[in-house]
Amino acid sequence: MKELFQFTKVSALILGLAMITTTASASTLEDVKKKGVLSCGVSEGVPGFSNPDSSGKWVGLDVDMCRAVAAAVLGDPTKIKFVPLASKQKIIAVTSGQVDLTSRTTTWTMKRDTKEGADFTAVVYYDGQGFMVRKEDGIKSAKEMSGASVCVTTGTTTELNIADYSRANNLKLEAVVFDGKKEALNAYASGRCDVFTTDTSQLASLRTTLKDPENHLILPEIISKEPLSPLVRHGDNQWKDIITWVIFGLINAEEKGVTAANAAEMKAKSTDPTVQRMLGKTGDLGTFIGLDNDWLLRAITSVGNYGEIYERNLTKTLGLERGVNQLWSKGGILYASPLR
Amino acid sequence: MTNPTIFVPKPDREAPAQAKGFLHWLKHHVFNGWFNSALALSLIAIIALTVPQVIQWAFIKATWVGDAANCKTSPDGACWSFIAAKFRVLMVGVYPAAESWRGIVGALVLAILIITTITNHLKGKVLIVAWLLLPVFGYWIIGGGFGLNEVDQSSWGGLMLSVLLALVGIIVSIPLGIVLALGRFSGSPITKSLCIGFIETVRGVPLITILFMSSVMMPLFLPPGFIIDNMLRIQTGMIFFSAAYVAEVVRGGLQALPKGQFEAASSLGISYPKTLYLIVLPQALRHVLPPLIGRCISMFKNTSLVIIVGLLDFLGMIKSASLDSEWLGFETEAYVFGAVVYFSICYSLSRYGAHLEKSDPVLQK
Repeated sequence: MKELFQFTKVSALILGLAMITTTASASTLEDVKKKGVLSCGVSEGVPGFSNPDSSGKWVGLDVDMCRAVAAAVLGDPTKIKFVPLASKQKIIAVTSGQVDLTSRTTTWTMKRDTKEGADFTAVVYYDGQGFMVRKEDGIKSAKEMSGASVCVTTGTTTELNIADYSRANNLKLEAVVFDGKKEALNAYASGRCDVFTTDTSQLASLRTTLKDPENHLILPEIISKEPLSPLVRHGDNQWKDIITWVIFGLINAEEKGVTAANAAEMKAKSTDPTVQRMLGKTGDLGTFIGLDNDWLLRAITSVGNYGEIYERNLTKTLGLERGVNQLWSKGGILYASPLR
Repeated sequence: MTNPTIFVPKPDREAPAQAKGFLHWLKHHVFNGWFNSALALSLIAIIALTVPQVIQWAFIKATWVGDAANCKTSPDGACWSFIAAKFRVLMVGVYPAAESWRGIVGALVLAILIITTITNHLKGKVLIVAWLLLPVFGYWIIGGGFGLNEVDQSSWGGLMLSVLLALVGIIVSIPLGIVLALGRFSGSPITKSLCIGFIETVRGVPLITILFMSSVMMPLFLPPGFIIDNMLRIQTGMIFFSAAYVAEVVRGGLQALPKGQFEAASSLGISYPKTLYLIVLPQALRHVLPPLIGRCISMFKNTSLVIIVGLLDFLGMIKSASLDSEWLGFETEAYVFGAVVYFSICYSLSRYGAHLEKSDPVLQK
């Protein structure tokens, strides 16, 4: 027993030392520039977010965020090393310095942001639990689902959320639970229940696997908060600023109509002071985060603005509408702080 | 006076009923008794109900060319064009296209080595040295350096990664396992307890724990800036795991040797290393060849566990290919293909093991 204590003490000491030295190491920006390559943690396969395509090239919304950062920091969106991470590794990989940045459908929660040593940057996708119904049932809103049976995965927050939502809105929903997502979807497809529920980002890709995707409707309501954001190691403020402002920059670019195709032209011709600042014609925004003034121009020309990234990865192939992820000025909740 | 009894031969027995032909075989082997008949009939019914459907799905209604939209027009048939489109990523993962030839060269070298080994063209020391050099060659041809472009380990994947992990794992772990077994068998008390400690600790935990330790926990203990790639950490974990099991297999072979072999060697004045190399190991390893082949098979199958630590091996690529947003909904085809590939590799290995057993007079006892 005594030896066990001794062992625990020693390992705790090593662990502590490792953590202290990690936070004290040089800035990530310098490291990345020195290596000449950005190492970016992504998922092993989430449709629309990160996945290798048939030619072995990584594609997806999370992947494009990494490419934008590489373009802004290194001037080349291809100077990047994608490291597939299992769910359990996604935070430890970035806190231990295995990757410079994790962009892997990770929900921004208080515990992760504070206790687990990660820093979240900016929300790239507002996910949350949604509903899918058959079009023939004529349901247009979740509030009309009174008395419906809902196929749901057991033991997840999804199941708890649905119970809360049912009670809060007095809907008397009947949950039919299944072990896996696929089983729940199959049960819904075979008519076992009226409604299928999971996170909206997955609803869309699961819908395309159905035999008749055009006969199913994803309802506009979202009943839980799952803001997905890339994360970096806690304690390197400059590096966190870079990621945050690249994402904000891409959203601002959409607001101003700056696209991959017209960015260079806009830089030359636009008279809008915001656009001029954004593309580095005036001001010195880039120097605030240790980069040059063309940082955002490079990011936009290589992957497009937020709207283009979303359209390419989520709307075109998965048929996922913008929903809450629309700009604030167009009825969504996407609101990026101004570039000034 | 009585008449002497005269020998009267018994009449010939009747010729046995026709003991040849399919009908006889059916009667005596399939429908002998009500229980076996019922069993046979129900099995036939099950086969008749399922096999035509499988054939319909896999061949008759299957789509062989075209994209996902083509496949959706025939939803009751398999979509083999999906496998065709994904073939490259299933084989080499996200390995850069311009360097794909290196995977092919690696596979060719491996194939040549296997063929020359099976046909007995490589023998003795050359055989051992060639196989021991294979891990070095594999890492060089895939990873680069020394004249080849370097390819980061995060982009190794597919069947190439599975085979590499398994081959390097087994080839490095066999010498390591032999050393451990010798240590446990005849070392000094300290070596002995160290070897036993290692073997029993590693054998006492599941492979999945070792993989988690090496991929999730190890980065926490390493000094900052000292980064070992995920893949290398996992490879090391697999080597240790396999070595512990190989050590136990080899120990079995050592214990089967009569003590007289050692005693004869020492009475002839043969040194300990020479005793091991010339007398003990050749006999011991020969005895344990079949279980060693078994370890190879399970090592290859074990590599599929790396999917849980974020490596895109063959199974990982199968999963990720079926999640491509352009090709959603073809998991069945992907997994059927995976099963066929895993089965053919493992079955060939096991047939080779059986062949070795048959051709070796010592093992035929």
